[in-house]
Amino acid sequence: MARLEGARSLSPGQCAVVLTVCAYIGLVLVLPIVALVSRAVAQGPAPLLAAAGDPAARGGLVLTLVLAAIAVLANGIAGVVGALVMVRQRFLARRVLDALVDMPLAVSPVMTGLAFLLVFGRGGWLEPALGLLHLKVTFAFPGLVLATLFVTFPFTLREVAYVLAELGTDEEQAAVTLGASAWQTFWLITLPNIRFGLGNGIVLTLARALGEFGAVLVIGGAISGKTQTATIFIYNAVEERQEPAAYAMALVLAFASIALLVVIEWLKRRRSAEN
Amino acid sequence: MSSIAAPGTQGHGLALRAGILAYVGALILIPLSALLFRGLEGGLAGLREAVTESTAWQAVLLTLWTAAIMAVVNALFGTLTAWALVRYRFPGRGMISALVDLPFAVPTLVTGVMLVTLLGPQSVLGGWLAAQRMQVAFAPPSIVLALLFVTLPFVVRAVEPVLMEQDPAEEEAARTLGAGTWTVFLRVLLPPMMPAILSGTIRSFARALGEFGSIVVVSGNIPYRTLTAPIYIFGEIESGQPARAAAVSVVLLAAALALNLGARGIERITGARHGQA
Amino acid sequence: MGIRVSNLIKRFGDFVAVDNVSLTVGRGELVAFVGPSGSGKSTILRIIAGLESADSGSVYFNGEPADHLHASARGVGFVFQHYALFRHMTVAANVAFGLRVQGVARPERERRVGDLLDLMGLQGLGQRYPSQLSGGQRQRVALARALAPQPKVLLLDEPFGAVDAKVREELRHWLRKLHDEVRVTSIFVTHDQEEAFSVADRVMVIQRGRLEQSGRPDEILDTPATEFVARFIGEANVYETTVHEGCAAVGRLRVAAAGLAEATAVSLVIRFYDLKFWRDDEGIATVVRMTTLGDRVKVEALIDGGVRIFSQFPRRSSLLHGMESGCRIHIVPTLTRFYPRGAGGGSVPAADPAQTPEKARPILEYPANSTAF
Repeated sequence: MARLEGARSLSPGQCAVVLTVCAYIGLVLVLPIVALVSRAVAQGPAPLLAAAGDPAARGGLVLTLVLAAIAVLANGIAGVVGALVMVRQRFLARRVLDALVDMPLAVSPVMTGLAFLLVFGRGGWLEPALGLLHLKVTFAFPGLVLATLFVTFPFTLREVAYVLAELGTDEEQAAVTLGASAWQTFWLITLPNIRFGLGNGIVLTLARALGEFGAVLVIGGAISGKTQTATIFIYNAVEERQEPAAYAMALVLAFASIALLVVIEWLKRRRSAEN
Repeated sequence: MSSIAAPGTQGHGLALRAGILAYVGALILIPLSALLFRGLEGGLAGLREAVTESTAWQAVLLTLWTAAIMAVVNALFGTLTAWALVRYRFPGRGMISALVDLPFAVPTLVTGVMLVTLLGPQSVLGGWLAAQRMQVAFAPPSIVLALLFVTLPFVVRAVEPVLMEQDPAEEEAARTLGAGTWTVFLRVLLPPMMPAILSGTIRSFARALGEFGSIVVVSGNIPYRTLTAPIYIFGEIESGQPARAAAVSVVLLAAALALNLGARGIERITGARHGQA
Repeated sequence: MGIRVSNLIKRFGDFVAVDNVSLTVGRGELVAFVGPSGSGKSTILRIIAGLESADSGSVYFNGEPADHLHASARGVGFVFQHYALFRHMTVAANVAFGLRVQGVARPERERRVGDLLDLMGLQGLGQRYPSQLSGGQRQRVALARALAPQPKVLLLDEPFGAVDAKVREELRHWLRKLHDEVRVTSIFVTHDQEEAFSVADRVMVIQRGRLEQSGRPDEILDTPATEFVARFIGEANVYETTVHEGCAAVGRLRVAAAGLAEATAVSLVIRFYDLKFWRDDEGIATVVRMTTLGDRVKVEALIDGGVRIFSQFPRRSSLLHGMESGCRIHIVPTLTRFYPRGAGGGSVPAADPAQTPEKARPILEYPANSTAF
């Protein structure tokens, strides 16, 4: 474990390092937040209230929340299943699966939107099938769901896989010898043991879903009232020079992310306390 | 270590495996394949043509050099930050550690808006900068700043574990053997940090290649000046040129994947050396 | 319930972990599998439990084949080396788990858990969490948990490996006491032969996936079937030598090898406690070092001719009278075993004790007030 220099015993050189770091973080991270908050506050409560009353704004928030909920549910389950399969099983396609799981982190959001457009949009692979089923994916809610699921996929899986790998299988084997079925073993033993990884993964999924912009913009078309998420609302507001509304909504999202950050840090503390 | 054998679990395990493979196949493999196919329609020649088209080329160059500047700054200050957080105790340390995670939580678009309020012509800072004839908003520096915000955690979180594992006994041994502070730093502390700094920087560079939301509002998207590659791709999609957009996407994606693979390779080797993996 | 294992084979890739093993454990017996690390003993145990599957061969419980049964349906209690307690459940919940899974009603569950905790000396610890317990307590919880659903068979995989020596002894007592009370067929795996001998009714020595010998502790000690067993059980001097004129030479020490052909290559195995040393200025060896190990003294000597030999005596043994580092001693083996070299197979009948071509020495006269060894 690294040795720590206490605050009292910091040499001048070390003080300089600390101050530099604080200045850097302050400039790059804190200053922009302060700027937004002070601008939003400076323009008074009126735009915030107006935004609260604006159906487009409310709709945007609701849409974002619904998408986030779907992402958490679907990718939460997929994440746990995927982690179990990848950590506890050996099979040929495992490497391929591993590579695919990481893909969404490497793909730019606009490319994600483009990819789905190429599958479901005009001239896309599945366009005829969609026509037959009278389904609309692009520029409609389903497209937003798919895009959100894509970009949020890796988080829960990675977090749970990490915890599973560390846990080992002893407890599950013990449960089996005591007569537990596969489901009982999972529900009573595995799930409680992975809860921190799962929690972390869900929070990261939420944050990513809340913040998704590029992919939903491309696949959704930013149609007000239909495919306008909270972030797209902000974008449109900026484009239309409706800065107060944009800043108000940005403030809301900023506070949501700070709240999520607090939860992340709290989970970190709980986890190390339990260890 | 074999999975718990015996009849019964085989059924469950296979079903789960099939399920996740189907999910990943449908959600990730198919769209990415579509992107790949469309992008490679014109073959490699088509790729080259799409990327070297003048607007596209300028966009790619801009993406590359802004990411490069960001990478250098990130490597330096990220390492410094990790150093201070791990080795020193000072008031506000906990807050700074928490703040480092912030970019993972904040929507990129909101980051862009924050920078607009900070640097835009209507802001205090923006006005002052304009008076000094320093263009930041709607100019490349704003891109670098946005990238710095978004990728800040990468190097810090990569270097922190390495520093935490560092055994103070090694430093003490070096000192008893007569090494001065700089020597200890250069010979004992820096070498194990290097792979982590490298992999963190590479990952942040790869991330920067695809950054969209934070740049699109603050850079002004001026072609040849502040139009980055992802925004170029966006433009091509909007103007009904999916093939060209796909081509440039394929190039960027290949670059990002190659970089991430490299970073992972570095992490594996050093992890194996430390007896983990 | 009796256990029978027949012709079990298990491979991991190219490595043969279990090499055609067949054995039987009688109903109510407490058997130990003992052998070095990697000998396959744990693998055999896990195959019996259903946690691993064999490549070929069968497991029978009470004469009925059990291979098709999943681990959760075999009625086997398993105790792991590192306890594998459910970390997020209390001690009571851990012990109750098997009952809960069986659907036993709450009052009955609580009663049984209470009884088991009392039996294992864990009263009052029911609401603690595993992380709040000592190693010895954790292993007792693991035992209680395995026994709660009244298994037909109890299997323990190096159960005392993760605790320190003093606690290990305590736990051995618990296990023996438990077995006497509950009388469930049990197999436990250990690499510590002293442990195996002190706890088990019968011991099975396993090496490189093969069963070397099965028998009562005294049988194994006195008639080891193979060279490996002779070496592994108890500390022994082992010499590779050739029979010449009816004797095997160990430096100046000649050991009678009656019944062995001239020029047979043999391994000669003499246990530390199957030797007598005593001080003799005209002896054939010199004491190099004497080490006191609690209640025993280990004596290292160099036989003329440059061969090392070890022996061990109770601390108050009169044989040690006058013995010190550097003094000359005479050596008489009381029990020796010969094994043909290379084959690693069965043993040759032991040589007659204490016969050497040199003058046979009488046992020392004891001073009047010494204690007999």
